[in-house]
Amino acid sequence: MIDSIVNISLEFWNWFPPGWQLFLEIIAKIILIVLPLMLAVAYTTYAERKIISYIQVRIGPNRVGPRGWLQPIADAVKLMFKEIVLPTNASRFLFLFAPILSIGPALAAWAVIPFDRGMVLSDLDAGLLYILALTSIGVYGVIIAGWASNSKYAMMGALRSAAQIVAYEIAMGFALVGVLMASGSLNVGDIVEGQSGGFFSWFIWPLLPLFLVYFISGVAETNRAPFDVAEGESEIVAGFHVEYSGMAFAVFFLAEYANIILISALTAIMFLGGWLSPFEGLAFAEGTWLAATSMLWFFAKTAFFIFCFLWFRATFPRYRYDQIMRLGWKVFIPVTIVWLFVEAVMVVAEIGPWAA
Amino acid sequence: MSLFNHYLKSFSLWELLKGMSVTGGYLFKRKVTIQYPEEKTPMSPRFRGLHALRRYENGEERCIACKLCEAVCPALAITIDSEEREDGTRRTTRYDIDLFKCIFCGFCEEACPVDSIVETHIFEYHFENRGDQIMTKDMLLEIGDKYEAEIAANKQADAPYR
Repeated sequence: MIDSIVNISLEFWNWFPPGWQLFLEIIAKIILIVLPLMLAVAYTTYAERKIISYIQVRIGPNRVGPRGWLQPIADAVKLMFKEIVLPTNASRFLFLFAPILSIGPALAAWAVIPFDRGMVLSDLDAGLLYILALTSIGVYGVIIAGWASNSKYAMMGALRSAAQIVAYEIAMGFALVGVLMASGSLNVGDIVEGQSGGFFSWFIWPLLPLFLVYFISGVAETNRAPFDVAEGESEIVAGFHVEYSGMAFAVFFLAEYANIILISALTAIMFLGGWLSPFEGLAFAEGTWLAATSMLWFFAKTAFFIFCFLWFRATFPRYRYDQIMRLGWKVFIPVTIVWLFVEAVMVVAEIGPWAA
Repeated sequence: MSLFNHYLKSFSLWELLKGMSVTGGYLFKRKVTIQYPEEKTPMSPRFRGLHALRRYENGEERCIACKLCEAVCPALAITIDSEEREDGTRRTTRYDIDLFKCIFCGFCEEACPVDSIVETHIFEYHFENRGDQIMTKDMLLEIGDKYEAEIAANKQADAPYR
């Protein structure tokens, strides 16, 4: 019985021309990545509300479903049924295009994220460049949303966000140059492999300043607290998405959280050795699952950084705008440049772990 | 040297980490949320909620239409009409409280010489129609009858401090 089902499905599969097979395979892989990602995004919003409320000595959402577990579902359903209001003088096409432009890059960047050795949708040799390019495109969603809304607050938010993202993009890029120098490859999988050899071979140790700059820039890049002047509730209502409602707003929301997860995953990959185990090379863990490379380590590291995002939001007050600019231009960029120089000297003098 | 310390402090993110350790500690603190409809906070006997008119044990209404409450009411929420009854006592024919005007200051209760008008512990109520906010004498007496035991107990509890 089971044999015949397998045979029939195999026959059905072989009935497709090879080009189609490849296409279907890729589609299946994309769905396999995007669906869990969307679920993760939904539950990141839940985690955010829950963790922040715990830090504020409250309990947070606990009414929808057991312990509030269905809260994100309820939110999604509510937003889907709400009307999308188009402001009278808004640019209709751009107004609706902006959320798509916002979430597209956040999802597309996952194409080159390796979950485990070889488990990557597209093993691009220029993966790092691809990621840099896509994370930069995300800002257009914000700018276009702000402009298309034809609203002063939205425009203010978009301007703030544009200036901020440009400032931090540079520091972020420089930090990634450090990673690139250390690993000698733009391929994301190779970057992870370059960190193999246990806890102390991870790039976070030799590149600690770059790690800090990268992660903090990542927080700024996603417009999260304490860098959330683009939203700045107390000053400009909701920033670039004041005019958005219903699903259009939900897509912005999804994009923000997808970006959080993306930045967390990238930090885990670039600096904490992605899927590599922290117990690699330790005697007691040798041969057990603890020392084995696995997706679990990657998810655990990513989850830790997501938690940090929420922790920051619960801890720090919002930066003043000029302070953000000062931090980006006058602190992070010099720090990264100095550390790149130090790193270059170390590479040339063949000191350190990546003498090559 | 202080400049060095300053840079050391800011580059090691010392103060940020200190702040995060505080919030991280609160993550594990006991939560103070009261799950309202199921749990409620303790209530003082002096709580000033919905109004009520009380009666004596023999069923006679306490209010003698002295209109002190009407006079003291800072929000002008109380309206009283009165006339002489057959037995020669003065009683109210109308005792209205406009709950939209009322600020729940409790002055009416303080002013009342016969402990007739009181404010109960009831604070969960709503109106569904325009005009429902006017509490008439009948409604006030009804509340008083229903909650007399509690009102008396609260009065008793607060009596030593008056």
